Amino acid sequence: MRALVAALLLALCGPAFGQADEVAHPDPKVEARLKDLGEELRCLVCQNQTIADSAAPLALDLRNQIRTQIAQGRTDDEIRAYMVDRYGDFVLYKPPFKAATALLWVGPFALLALGIGVLVAVLRRRKAAPEAAAPDAGARRAEVAALLEPDRAPQGKDR
Amino acid sequence: MKALKYGIPLVLFAALVAFFAVGLTRDPREVPSPFIGKPAPQFKLTELGAPDRTFGPEDMRGKVWLLNVWASWCVSCRVEHPILVDMSKKELVPIVGLDYKDKRADGLQWLAKHGDPYRLSAYDDEGKVGIDFGVYGVPETFVIDKQGVIRYKQIGPITKEALDKTILPLVRKLNG
Repeated sequence: MRALVAALLLALCGPAFGQADEVAHPDPKVEARLKDLGEELRCLVCQNQTIADSAAPLALDLRNQIRTQIAQGRTDDEIRAYMVDRYGDFVLYKPPFKAATALLWVGPFALLALGIGVLVAVLRRRKAAPEAAAPDAGARRAEVAALLEPDRAPQGKDR
Repeated sequence: MKALKYGIPLVLFAALVAFFAVGLTRDPREVPSPFIGKPAPQFKLTELGAPDRTFGPEDMRGKVWLLNVWASWCVSCRVEHPILVDMSKKELVPIVGLDYKDKRADGLQWLAKHGDPYRLSAYDDEGKVGIDFGVYGVPETFVIDKQGVIRYKQIGPITKEALDKTILPLVRKLNG
């Protein structure tokens, strides 16, 4: 366990090695936009972190790149396009809807619809089917009694 | 009726297994590059060994060549390096290095120690060119054709298998 923790910690310091300190842009509006944008962009190095969160050097470079571009007056869409041009749709946490991603977007709803469909069909069938002919209550009781107390069974059968 | 009742879950299960089976064989680190089939981004960088000379992809126009992104701090670069050195000895294809986010002295020292398979290395101090090439995991290698179009990208070290099965056949085809 301890070795595992040590390994994890080591893995975390790797990317931080030799990294320059990050300088925030003096304009808080730029930083706010950077944060919003950075949160919807994936850091390719650590894949499950956003560019806003990641400590990887590449994420730092990209944050600085975005800072520069915001300061140059580029729109969010232009900056997103800049990222997609280089890293593909994978960089977006909200991928665009197109042929290649259709299954991704529609899939869950299709499965939900299928599930509801099956449920409705099953319920309908259950309603339509005549009540399963329940065995006569008296007969069942006799059967149970026979099993419990074979001697006193009303119509005990010899075995 | 019974066939349907047991058949449908079985089919669904089989479909899931198929998805997982394919998914497991894929490496999530290998993000499809949007650059394949697109012209290599232009840049002008100084040469690692000669700060007074510059290099740009247009210098290689008319040749099929490899752009190999490396750095002295990159551990897995050492894994592929012997393969590159071997390739350059056999003169299979010209290889240009891109020394990514490195110190000039460190880069030169590294080449002196491990061998220099590169026709030259461009020195990408700030990593800007790396970003323009969508580099996210050094080493990365691009196969670029005579027109300067990127035809293939190897993410991570070049393996013997990738070299023999993909890169060299592609280079031969492009040299046609």
